[in-house]
Amino acid sequence: MSARERAPHQTVDLEAMARAYEAAAGRYPRRVVVCAGTGCVANGAHAVIQAFVEQIAAAGLNVTTEVRAEAHDADLRLSKSGCQGFCQQGPLVTIEPEGILYTRVKPEDVAQIVQETLIGGKVVERLLYAEPVTGQRCHGTADIPFYTRQRRTVLRACGALDPEDILEYISRGGYAAARRAYTELSPQAVCEEVTFAGLRGRGGGGFPTGRKWDLTRKQPGPKKYVICNGDEGDPGAFMDRSVMEGHPHSVIEGMMIAARAIGADEGVVYVRAEYPLAVRRIRKAVADAEQMGLLGDGLFGTEHSFREEVMEGAGAFVCGEETALIASIEGKRGMPMPKPPFPAQSGLFGKPTVINNVETLAMVPLILTEGAVAFRSVGTENSPGTKTFALTGHVANTGLIEVPFGTSLREVVHHIGGGVTDDAGHPTSQGFKAVQIGGPSGGCLTEDHLDLPLDFDSLRSVGAMVGSGGLVVMNKQTCMVSVARFFMRFTQTESCGKCVLCREGTKQMLALLDDITEGRATLETLDLLEKVAKAVQKGSLCGLGKTAPNPVLSTLRYFRAEYEAHVVQKRCPAGQCKALRVPSIDAALCKGCTLCARKCPVGAISGQKKEAHWIDPDKCTRCGVCAQSCKFGAVTGV
Amino acid sequence: MSVAPAQVTPQHRKFQRVCDIIDQHDRNPGKLVPILQAVQEEYRYLPEDVLTYVATSLGISPARVYGVATFYAHFALEPKGKHTVRLCDGTACHVKHSIPILEALRARLGLSEKQNTTADMLFTVETVSCLGACGLAPVVVVDEQVHGQMTPEKAVEVIEQIMASEESK
Repeated sequence: MSARERAPHQTVDLEAMARAYEAAAGRYPRRVVVCAGTGCVANGAHAVIQAFVEQIAAAGLNVTTEVRAEAHDADLRLSKSGCQGFCQQGPLVTIEPEGILYTRVKPEDVAQIVQETLIGGKVVERLLYAEPVTGQRCHGTADIPFYTRQRRTVLRACGALDPEDILEYISRGGYAAARRAYTELSPQAVCEEVTFAGLRGRGGGGFPTGRKWDLTRKQPGPKKYVICNGDEGDPGAFMDRSVMEGHPHSVIEGMMIAARAIGADEGVVYVRAEYPLAVRRIRKAVADAEQMGLLGDGLFGTEHSFREEVMEGAGAFVCGEETALIASIEGKRGMPMPKPPFPAQSGLFGKPTVINNVETLAMVPLILTEGAVAFRSVGTENSPGTKTFALTGHVANTGLIEVPFGTSLREVVHHIGGGVTDDAGHPTSQGFKAVQIGGPSGGCLTEDHLDLPLDFDSLRSVGAMVGSGGLVVMNKQTCMVSVARFFMRFTQTESCGKCVLCREGTKQMLALLDDITEGRATLETLDLLEKVAKAVQKGSLCGLGKTAPNPVLSTLRYFRAEYEAHVVQKRCPAGQCKALRVPSIDAALCKGCTLCARKCPVGAISGQKKEAHWIDPDKCTRCGVCAQSCKFGAVTGV
Repeated sequence: MSVAPAQVTPQHRKFQRVCDIIDQHDRNPGKLVPILQAVQEEYRYLPEDVLTYVATSLGISPARVYGVATFYAHFALEPKGKHTVRLCDGTACHVKHSIPILEALRARLGLSEKQNTTADMLFTVETVSCLGACGLAPVVVVDEQVHGQMTPEKAVEVIEQIMASEESK
């Protein structure tokens, strides 16, 4: 909508919209919310939604999927939400107003839910989450430890609101913070409030957001840009995806406030193309906000304008780096530039630019509505507020969590995460080995760090970093050398090739790690690896190269014995490195059925019928056919 | 520009579509990435002659277009198969043993690290660094369908179902 169509003094009445929405929504207090985050969708959430539509109709009830202003006949409302975080237990179905949470719901369970809960008002016990240790059934987020031990702010809205309904966002106070920024606060005051709140960038570096804005605000010139960095390339992290999918309007509102703070009139949301749902939801949210007159000209009756564009990335990890991301938006190869000049001085198309991460922007409206003091009251002195983490790997409750900064790793892994699991997925009390935090830029934390508070500074002091917030829990069956190799292969592939030390150094480090995992290395290899790692750190321009050696250096620091076992004894303690495995047949388990000997393509297995067999390690190619064919599980090490 | 029907060759139509895409992006070289994305959407890959055409239309050098096309992982310079099988090899999937799934898929389809599209152009198998569905690791995405908590056997089963439905067509 252009300024010509809508008089500039005419402002959007958020309160009236919220009231109208509440009145309309109040007509159907009964609501079924199905989680439609990527995790639950993969688990079949769409089929569950379809089943609800059919079963509700079969039961003779009327269902609506949208809140309409005019009165119409509906007994209940069925809606989708963004990611609720408890991905392991999906698809998740919440019944309002009671707040009953059903887990692992299948289409065939829906008929029972409709009959017993929606009509009969009773709870279907078997679909409730059962606490794994006690077996006790939990009714909803109010008594499931995974939720009660968190402090969900951004994520709570993610799981409760219909992300495609702008009116529901407005009914929860949405866009009031942006209005306050444009109508009540000066750009300087916005910067001061965010600075006072102590908000630090959630994308990795932890740079104070308010200061970044203030630096950009002070730059001369009429043209400035705001960029939302949604290029979440860090493998093992998906909080930005979830926020964009589940709470897209908070990101847009955060960008509007940033634009007010620095004096920008254009914004770009750069979303990773691997996140098609996030792209779709952000696009819809921008279009809806434009249609409502919340984006465009004459914002909130002022003379200010702000427009947003959504751009999909094209698959380059290095574009998470701000100068590379800018190059990518400009239609160039995503290669980083030396800093200074910082984007605050010369960013997109040479104009002053602020780049913030998705989660950082989603926090901004909260600060302006609830106040900097309230924001500061959570978290630690130097890292205020909450942080979302993607909890994955060998842990009982994988999913998306949000905790105050300063929460201990033990709380996250053992209490919220429900403890470590073995390779078969069963809980094990002695299984914890390490947590990899911050992805390919981060490092490992061990048992000794379980009581370390998770915040920017504590993590940096032990050689790790918050990064984007990926927390991968690893059990004792994980080989730390192959984990380091995994990250090195990733950064080596993603190195843009601009800096020689990053381009060639990562290649050499990968080759050295291959030598270690394939039994060609000596103790000198470890020294050389460390030396190259330090050179890559020093000789790279951007964060990718500077942090690429972190996983290697941190595993060398905490798991040196494991590296030494690989090079000295040529043994992989976790039994993961294929080339170092010693194939053998357990004589106690072998029944002498001769099946493996017949199947072995290289004739490496010998033995008499009904007697234990054995493998010649020199002939064996570790193809694994024997282990697959053995019915008694007697073959190990292949 | 009107063209007599007799002159409309397939080649002509091919560039007409590219022309539309470039026009939709205001012939702005700054929009090179979205232009190439739209072109790839149309052809399933970026044919070399189309890249040159894009460069000429935007008034930039073919080297710059080629540079961008080869820089980003999403752009394919060779045709892809009808079905894309993307195996997630992010950290969470990796520690939950995604590589044996890749090996099983390649073995079933006769593919290797060097050759990732089947000779009949039915399947392309690729790895991606993270799909953000880490809670369901390990994950395989076939076309747009996400399959979580996969095993080598289950992944092969998914492929075989597609093969069966293709054969019955």
